[in-house]
Order: sequence, then C-alpha cells, then structure tokens
Amino acid sequence: MRVAMNVNGEEVGAEVEPRMLLVHFLRDELGLTGTHWGCDTSNCGTCVVWMDGEPVKSCTVLAAMASGRDVRTVEGLEQGTQLDPVQEGFMQEHGLQCGFCTPGMMMTARWLLDHNPDPSEAEIREAISGQICRCTGYENIVRAIRWAAAHQPAKEVAS
Amino acid sequence: MTATTPVPLSPAGNPIGFGRMLRKEDARFLRGQGHYLDDIKLPGMLHGAILRSPHAHARLVSIDTSAAEAHPKVKAVITGAMLEGLKLAWMPTLSRDVQAVLATDKVRFFGQEVAFVVAEDRYSARDALELIVVEYEPLDPVIDARLALAEGAPVIRDDIEGKKDNHIFDWEAGDREATDRVFSEAEVVVAQDMLYPRVHPAPMETCGSIAHMDRVTGQLTAWSTTQAPHAHRTLYSLVAGLPEHKVRIISPDIGGGFGNKVGIYPGYVLAVVGSIVTGKPVKWVEDRSENLISTSFARDYHMHGEIAASRDGKIKGLRVRVLADHGAFNGTAQPTKFPAGCFHIFPGSYDLDAAHCEVTGVYTNKAPGGVAYACSFRVTEAVYLVERMVDVLADELGIDPAELRRINLLRPEQFPYTNKTGWVYDSGDYGRTLEVALEKAGYTELRRRQAEGRERWRAAGGSPEDPGAGGEHLMGIGLSFFTEGVGAGPKKHMDILGLGMADGCELRVHPTGKAQLRISVQTQGQGHETTFAQIVAHELGIPPEDIEVIHGDTDNTPFGLGTYGSRSTPVSGAAAAVVSQRVREKARIVAAAALECSPEDLEWELGRWQVKGDPEKGKTVAEIAMLAHGTLELPEGVEGHLDASVVYDPPNLTYPYGADICVVDLDPGTGRVKVDRFIAVDDCGPRINPMIVEGQVHGGLADGVGMALMEAIQFDRSGTCLSGSLMDYLLPTSLDCPSWELGETVTPSPHHPLGVKGVGESATVGSPPAVVNAVIDALEPFGVRHADMPLTPAQVWLAMRGRPLRTDIVEM
Repeated sequence: MRVAMNVNGEEVGAEVEPRMLLVHFLRDELGLTGTHWGCDTSNCGTCVVWMDGEPVKSCTVLAAMASGRDVRTVEGLEQGTQLDPVQEGFMQEHGLQCGFCTPGMMMTARWLLDHNPDPSEAEIREAISGQICRCTGYENIVRAIRWAAAHQPAKEVAS
Repeated sequence: MTATTPVPLSPAGNPIGFGRMLRKEDARFLRGQGHYLDDIKLPGMLHGAILRSPHAHARLVSIDTSAAEAHPKVKAVITGAMLEGLKLAWMPTLSRDVQAVLATDKVRFFGQEVAFVVAEDRYSARDALELIVVEYEPLDPVIDARLALAEGAPVIRDDIEGKKDNHIFDWEAGDREATDRVFSEAEVVVAQDMLYPRVHPAPMETCGSIAHMDRVTGQLTAWSTTQAPHAHRTLYSLVAGLPEHKVRIISPDIGGGFGNKVGIYPGYVLAVVGSIVTGKPVKWVEDRSENLISTSFARDYHMHGEIAASRDGKIKGLRVRVLADHGAFNGTAQPTKFPAGCFHIFPGSYDLDAAHCEVTGVYTNKAPGGVAYACSFRVTEAVYLVERMVDVLADELGIDPAELRRINLLRPEQFPYTNKTGWVYDSGDYGRTLEVALEKAGYTELRRRQAEGRERWRAAGGSPEDPGAGGEHLMGIGLSFFTEGVGAGPKKHMDILGLGMADGCELRVHPTGKAQLRISVQTQGQGHETTFAQIVAHELGIPPEDIEVIHGDTDNTPFGLGTYGSRSTPVSGAAAAVVSQRVREKARIVAAAALECSPEDLEWELGRWQVKGDPEKGKTVAEIAMLAHGTLELPEGVEGHLDASVVYDPPNLTYPYGADICVVDLDPGTGRVKVDRFIAVDDCGPRINPMIVEGQVHGGLADGVGMALMEAIQFDRSGTCLSGSLMDYLLPTSLDCPSWELGETVTPSPHHPLGVKGVGESATVGSPPAVVNAVIDALEPFGVRHADMPLTPAQVWLAMRGRPLRTDIVEM
C-alpha cells in the first residue's frame, strides 16, 4: 500500500507492506536512523517520535497509521545549524553516554518544554518515565532538560 | 595530582589535561547521526533471523525446511546438519567449552538456536521461521541448579565424550585450614544463604552483526556489536578457520554493552555462514526477547556465607561455598586461571585473619553466559556476599553496621595489602572514604529519624501481625563498602583463551602537530574519544580537540582485548599515557637537534621542550612535529617522524573502592520500597574527566537499584524463561531512581602511570548490597535477617511474614 506523510517538514511517500511499523519506515525507507528501536513492546522509548505534535512510540505505530500526518524525528530538532536547546542541554549536562536512548529522550523533552516551559524535577521524571536509559541513571537527563528550560529562546516557548 | 588541579585551557576552551570537558562524541549522537549496527545498510544486503527452541531440553528428531525454502523472498535456510558438514556446528566458548551454533543432537535451553533463515528483508525472514517444522522429543530438564548434581539428574552435556553428570568445575581460593581454625576458635559465627539471581545487562541496543564475505578476495568484514573487536577477530579465525589477515571486525557505535557484547553469539557466526552461502552481506539483529532469553546473562550464584568474629565486633574470618549456575554451555568470559572470575576478592575491604571459598560450577538447561552486567569478573557477587555478611553479623552482635565497618576496614598503613586470597590491593584510605559518606548522608540524624519513624509506626498500630496498620512507613538505611580489582590484567596471571590481557596503543603526531591515537579498546558510551584525547593532552600539551581517537576497527587499531571489567582506563589508558611519554622523549631528541644542544639540557613545560635556565629558547610539540617530518638532521639512529607504539602489560590490577549509603522508604502495607536517597563516595584515583566519571557512577547506581528491587531472569520448572520482554524483565525508570548524591576521595594507584584506577563498574558492584541492606534494615521490626533479590513488593510482603521466596525459579 502507499503511505504518504510529512516528515520533518518534507512530504515523503512510499509503497510499503500494510504491516510495516513506523519505526522501520523511518529507518529503512527514509534512512532516518536517528530514531532507534529497542524493545517491540512500547517499554523502552528509544523509538519516540512526534505524530501530529504528540510523542508516540513508533515501534507500535504502523506506517499506515501515520499516513497523512505530520511526523517529527530527532533529525528535525536542529534548526539550520542551530541546535535545539534540548540538544545543547544534553551536551552541556552530559545527558547521554551511549546515545541510543537519546533521540527518544530529547523528543519527549522538547514536547514537555513546549507544554511546560519551566518543569520541576518531578515533572521531568514523570515525563520521561516511559523511556529507559541504561547509562545515565537519569540524573543528567533531568539536569539536561532543566538546562534547556533555563536556556529557551523566548520565541520558541509555546504560549 | 588530583582531579581538581587546574590545567591550562586550549583555544577551544578545553582542559589540556584532566578536567571537565564536554564530549567529542556527542555531536553526532545529538543529531541522530550516530552509526549503530542496525543503521548500516550495504548494497545487496540480506537479513537473517533465527528459529529458537521452545523447549529447555529436548532431542531434535527432525527439521523440515522445505516450505521456508519455497518462500519467494528466502535465499537460504541453514540448519545444524548443514553446519556439521562445514564443521561449524559447534564453536569454542571463552571458557574452553564448546557451544552449539545451531542445535544438531539436542536443544539444551529455552531459546537455543535451531535454524537460520536468510531473506531479502527482515519481515520475510521472520515469516519464513514460521514455515519451518521441527519435531522435538522433550527430555526432563535441569532448571534448579541445586539439583544439577543430584543422583540421576538428566545429563545435559552428553555431547562431551564420557560426560555422566552436570559438573563443570570445582575451584577454591584462600587457606582452608587456617580458616577452619579461625572459625573453630571464634566467639561468634553466623551463617547465611543467599542467591545473587540471574540478571541481564539488557543494553538498549540489542546484539547484532553484518557479515560480508567477499568471495573473490576471501576477505571477511564483520560489523558487529562487540566490546572486544580484536578478540573477536582471533576467535572468528579459530572458529571458522579463516585466515586472520583476511578478517576485519568493525565495531561501530555501540548502544550500551555492560558485558552483554563481549562474547561471540551463534547469530554472529550464522551471519558469516549466511554470507558465505549467499555471497551477499547478511545482517542479523536480535529482537529484545532474543536478547533477554539467549545472550549473556550475569550472576546466578547460590552462595552460603559464614562469618566469624569476636563479641566486640572484630571480624576474624570468612568462609564461602558457591554453587555457580553456568547454563547449558560454559560460556563465561573470564581469565583462564579463574573459573569463578575475581570472586575470590570476597574478603573485601576488611582486615581478616583467614578466608576460604569453594566454588562449584554446574550445567543447567538455561542460557549460557555468566560474566556480564558490569560485574568486574564477579567482584559484584563477592561484594554482595561480604557486605550482606557484615550486616548479618551486625544484626547478630547488635552493633551499628557503620561502626562494625569502622572497626574492621583496612587501615591506610596496611597498603599495599595482600588479602587472604592473594590479591594485592594497591592503595587506599578506606576509613576516610567511609567517614565522608557518613557525613554526607547525615548518618546520625538519619538513625534518629528512623527510630522516631519506627515509634510512630508502632504507635499507629503497626506490628508484624498488621504491618500496614495506621499507614505509617518505615525507613531503612543500608551501607556497603566495596573494593574492586579491575584492569585485567597482568599477563603473568591473566589470559583469555591464551590471549594475554595487555593492550596496544599507537600515537601519530602529524607534521602540523595534530595527532591520532589508535587504541585497542572500544567505547560503548564511556566517552573514550574524549577521555583518551585528554590523556594525550595531559602528557604532550596538545589540545584535546586536536587529537582524534580511533577505535573499534581491527584494521586500523593495535591488538588488545577490549572494553569490559572496567579495564579501559587502567590498561589502555596507561598505554595511552606511556605512548605519549615515548613521543615526548622522542620530541626531546628532535628539539635538542634543532636547538643544537643536548637532550639533557632541555626541560619539559607542558607542550614544549625548552632550555634549562633559558626558557625563551625552546620548541613546541607542533614545531617539533614539523621538524621531525622535515629535513632536520637527526642524531645517529634516530628516525624521523613523531610516532610511537606500545603494548602495556599492567603490573597489577588497580583497586578502586567506595562507600555507598542507601536510604529507603518502605510501605509496610504493600511491601513497596522506594529509594529516597543514595550517597556514593568513590575513590578511583585522580579523575581524568570528572563529568564522565560521575555519569558512569550515576548509571551504575541505577543498575544497583534495578538488581536489588526489580530485575531477575526467572524460569518455571519446565525451563521456560519468564523474563523475555521488558514487560517481564523490569528495568529502573526515572521514577525508580532518586537524585544521586556523589562524593569523592582521591588515592592514586602507585603503579598506574596516571594514578587512575577505573570506575566503570564501581557503582554497579557496590550499590546492590547497600539497597538490600537498607531494605532489610527497614524490616528490622519484623526480625527479618535476609531475603533474596529482587526485593519486589511481593517479596518484601512475604519477607514481612517470614517466608521470602526463592527468586530463581517461579513455581507455577
């Protein structure tokens, strides 16, 4: 079947099997390998992308379900050559080690800050609690998101 | 020299040496531009999938692959019978056993590899697995390690000629007679059985490999999730008889290893076979379930500990018996001489009169493995044993656990200290580290609040008969003090399959003064590209941004055994320091030639050789590099260029140590435990990059909370693994972890050229007993002395009622 969607601002389409998962569509068809796959059961969250502005676990979304929608992946975070404050925060606060969970974590972080520009530590922990990181013990991810909150460009803060 | 000594900054603002430096590798990961195994797509690449056994123990009667072969997108179906023809059905393990690549005679664990399909895409490969028909004749399995040596137990390894039982090895360390004497004379002896359950490293990226055998050149290139690419190259050569100069292993970015990616799995070999058969590159990537049920697990140690002491709390001796469950094949990765790894470091951080351990290894119908999950070759099990025993003794004697440790910790003047099983601890000031941790925790105040809380709980009606009455919670405070031996290892003591555990390192300084460092170890998130550049910067004064660290490709790096057991900094980091020092000495000769003086007339000022007493006159490393590549006439016997290479054979292990304090909140109504605080004070010597060290400690502490409270690979009596997904094998989330409170003391290693000791696994080793000790402490009103991990709400609830469960087997 044919699926067509907007990914990071670009219209894309392909002929795929109806059972193809969104994560595989992004990675294998579009070559957007920044979105990772880690568990198949919606537990680990390495595959988190946005669909119509909401974070989803792309290992449990069919590409067909994303057809006609807007998808945003980690490759769509950077604006030109300007890192998103979330990306900058993860670097400044050492919020990543192996980097595998990082894209999913950053997509959730970006969504959180768009909806809650000044989240508390508890709110951050709640927001990322559906995602697993084996390297950082979460401490520096929380700090990274706090860093991003403190360094938001004013224009990007959602009203 | 300490981590806090300020160093000059480079033009980019990075420390030219030790200090906090943002990571070089982050640039690609932040943009989704990491290059992990499954991101690699080669022209014409095919996809492999493995059919796995649904039985723990069964005879293989027949396999019919005809329907799978008829699938339009299937290119090959490989069975054990086919591999037998190629002499590839069995492969050597890292412990001189063999493991089936694909089953030929029997299946010996749930999830064992039975057939391999190669197809045009990953979905079709999976589809075709469904078309393979296998007939099994089920056999009685051995799932309970405690019954593995029982009379009449089914023999798992009848493939080994003459094998009549499930015994693998007996091994002992320490002085049995001296220990028995100490015990017979002791005022107090306490015993405790405990299980360190089977757990799994479960890195976020599962294991996989892409093999490409070029039929024309005979060159095998394998991109592989491996922590040890050079060891893999040699093993591929031994397994498949491939000429080693035609084997290239590339370890791309690794999404976490934790020991899971040390060994060679059947899937890796099958990808090679698939490529040989089809002539195309073949990718195999396991799914999460395959990762959990078939690849290298950790622990599974059934331990019986005994501790002898005087009434006033002086520990005299430790005696340990271990039953080690190694699964169906002995595939543990550890130095040849030590079948129980470094477990015999179990006397820990204490001044004892005698110690002895006996370890018996057995086969069971469970997945093979045994050394993984940041365990420092089973130091994890050893530290858990001794730190639980010390708390059990504290309970028996009615002495505060902090005080009991104070009485018994080794004293600074005892170092270097030869412990009762032969390890030579390099340096330490244990008492100070413990005091820093207690101070940071506010220990006395915590105990006061705990007492008040217990009073409130009782006043509200709480009792062993009605724990939840009144809704009051109970506080638990747990301590652990760990000593690790890491940086395996001295060639005279340690090898794996005859390969010495030394590391090569090469440094090239280019004419313009920029450098490339080639290392044999492989980062899985530890930040080698940054830390190793800082080591060279520290020794040569070259800005770290001007140093490229090259790793993970056997064609482009020198030989070495890889990254595990916290060995990168102790071994390869030392190699990087020594190779830099060699370049520095060569630079001195070149500078002397250019300055027309003797090398002895020069002194080193970071980044520059200058004339003693006339510092204006000198040459920077960059100037020297250009001179070394230019036309300058060098002294007789001195070659041009500014390069060096070394092989570093560590004279001893390094011994990082630390004190962990955990504070838990127990809801006695539900058995739910929450970690409220965790204080970790680590001494790993000077810190090359304190930011990276702290990050590694954070991660290890989360591992410890996970193992203590939720993680276990469990089986039912039929041998079915019940922990085959992340819904069943629980990993700690952001809500399970507190905000970690870290501290440090700095005691350099006397023999490491940088004084550093390694830290990658310290927190994973030290934290589980601190969490468990805290939970048992919270259960004090119930008279609980021990309950096995994981201390899930159900386990705690049962422990409160005096009947905690075995956590290796789930009775259905």
